[in-house]
Amino acid sequence: MPKSENHLKQGPDETLDIHLGGKWQLGRDNLSIRDVNLFLEQHPGTRRIIFNCKNLDAWDSSILTFLLSLIRIASRKNIQVEKDELPSGIQQLITLATAVPQKEDAKKSVPEPGFFETVGADTIRFVHSIGELMEFIGGAFLAVIKLFVRKPRFRSQDFWQFLMDAGARAVPIVSLISFLVGLILAFVGIMQLKLFGAQIFVADLVGIAMVRQMGAIMTGIIMAGRTGAAFASQLGTMQVNEEIDAFKTLAISPMEFLVLPRMLALTLMMPFLVLYADLMGVLGGALVAVGIFDISLPMYLTRTIEVVGLNDLFIGLFMGVVFGILISLSGCMRGIQCERSASAVGDAATSAVVTGIVAIIIATSVITILCDIIGI
Amino acid sequence: MVDMENKEPIIKIEDLTMAYGDFVVMRDLNLTINRGDIFIIMGGSGCGKSTLLKHMIGLKKPAKGKVMYGEDDFWEMNEVQREILMRNFGILYQSGALWSSMTLAENIALPLEQHSQLSSTKILEQVELKLSLVGLSGFEDFYPSEISGGMRKRAGLARAMALDPELLFFDEPSAGLDPVSAKRLDDLILQLRESLGTTVVVVTHELASIFAIGNNCVFLDPISRTMLAQGDPNILLKENNDPNIQSFLRRGEI
Ligand SMILES: Nc1ncnc2c1ncn2[C@@H]1O[C@H](COP(=O)(O)OP(=O)(O)OP(=O)(O)O)[C@@H](O)[C@H]1O
Ligand SMILES: [Mg+2]
Repeated sequence: MPKSENHLKQGPDETLDIHLGGKWQLGRDNLSIRDVNLFLEQHPGTRRIIFNCKNLDAWDSSILTFLLSLIRIASRKNIQVEKDELPSGIQQLITLATAVPQKEDAKKSVPEPGFFETVGADTIRFVHSIGELMEFIGGAFLAVIKLFVRKPRFRSQDFWQFLMDAGARAVPIVSLISFLVGLILAFVGIMQLKLFGAQIFVADLVGIAMVRQMGAIMTGIIMAGRTGAAFASQLGTMQVNEEIDAFKTLAISPMEFLVLPRMLALTLMMPFLVLYADLMGVLGGALVAVGIFDISLPMYLTRTIEVVGLNDLFIGLFMGVVFGILISLSGCMRGIQCERSASAVGDAATSAVVTGIVAIIIATSVITILCDIIGI
Repeated sequence: MVDMENKEPIIKIEDLTMAYGDFVVMRDLNLTINRGDIFIIMGGSGCGKSTLLKHMIGLKKPAKGKVMYGEDDFWEMNEVQREILMRNFGILYQSGALWSSMTLAENIALPLEQHSQLSSTKILEQVELKLSLVGLSGFEDFYPSEISGGMRKRAGLARAMALDPELLFFDEPSAGLDPVSAKRLDDLILQLRESLGTTVVVVTHELASIFAIGNNCVFLDPISRTMLAQGDPNILLKENNDPNIQSFLRRGEI
């Protein structure tokens, strides 16, 4: 049987004679570096490696990776590699590949962290993130104060653009969702109330629930997913492109130029959206009450106006304002904290939505409890 | 004309160590940039030139050491002093870093609107002038995404020059430019120095422009992680016998 074209042979004077032959192609198994390692273990005295390439027909990068790892192993074991027999193309490429020495500490080798390390690191990160949050809120607050002292630094056309985005363009989705929420509330409520023959009280249920809480909460969640995410990805992309650095080094504060107009726009538009959502919710409820359960529209509306107090309306609108601030702050903060890659922008948008929604829920609880204490 | 004899240091870097986390990029940097210098930062790709520039313009805090402007440490200044100092900076980023939601004209007008009291017609004139200086007149209403990479570089240059700053920092201004535009750029830099006395810090690999415009330079060496020499590039070429520097200044042909 003829010997394979590629093989290792022990030569005289503790030499390893490597025969390279045939076609070397990526994906085709020729010699593997493991064979060489095995040979060197069996012949620990080897001092020299020489090559024989008479039968080598064609080659590509696969032979280079093999030779480069061979050279690395050899230099670790103080074995001399004689490259003279290699085809000159291979020799030159090897010279190029080894011209710049490998940067030892440049490669990142991150050991898999253990459980306690992960928990510790997460805790530290969490504490840091609270610090960052406070710093960001402080900065935003200062920017708002400066607004009263000197003329705004942002461009008015940007502001109108954001108003448009956070206002008019959000109307369709807000209408749809709040109409459906009103409808669902009415449907679920009326089923129960019918048991007591008290269908008309569905107007109380839908009216108070929508105006006092659900209108604001639903609008908040929609805007967190829509506008909060948009803010985060806009600012995140600017961070990636060094655009934010360009603002900083021109002594234009990103807080005043980028964050403030977004925050003002959303905070200004939120109460209007909430008001509108309240209205759509009540209409949704009316549709169920009038269309399915034979309550007359005037009766439903009069009942709603009777039971929904001005304080309910104001609590809802107030929540809208608070949510506007929270959503825009979390969106902008995640955007500005964004790292420098495309996936980081995606992460920023995701975490802006999560932060926004969590903040909305916490704020709702706090406001509800406070209202209960004050008694409104 | 700038009096080349009477040198007044404008930026001084003392014992600077630059690091990203634990990864030290460069250490023990000591250099002085004088008013009116065209100061070249050179060194192999990835050795930390852009990082050094970021330290000079206050985007990165030194791991150790100081960046002094005149008598003041950049990081010891208060907010107001720093803002005043930074208004005198004009910076071209390696990536251009144009504001992508604004047209070229708006990009260049913004620094003027923010930091000068000029009327809007005056600002418009400035915008047109600066764009024509970099060969981009007529592109006022284009967005950064609508122009080529080299054009973006030039637009970034125009923005850096918007406020006629005392200090210009250019990160590889001629990368991506054709030889003729690159030559025009060199002329522009020299002209700025002659007429306005601007100090220019340039990161560049272009040997031709290093020798044509630079009167002071620093060579960063990635292997020893520090600077190997500072001085006039023409003199370094003749008198320094460090093999790394010679090989760099002669395109590897020693
Ligand atoms: N954000 C970062 N985080 C971690 N390491 C970084 C970061 N930016 C740069 N580095 C590292 O710092 C070193 C210097 O980078 P820098 O961008 O300053 O190089 P450069 O000299 O400007 O190169 P080039 O001429 O190619 O632009 C590189 O080794 C790089 O890996
Ligand atoms: Mg660079």
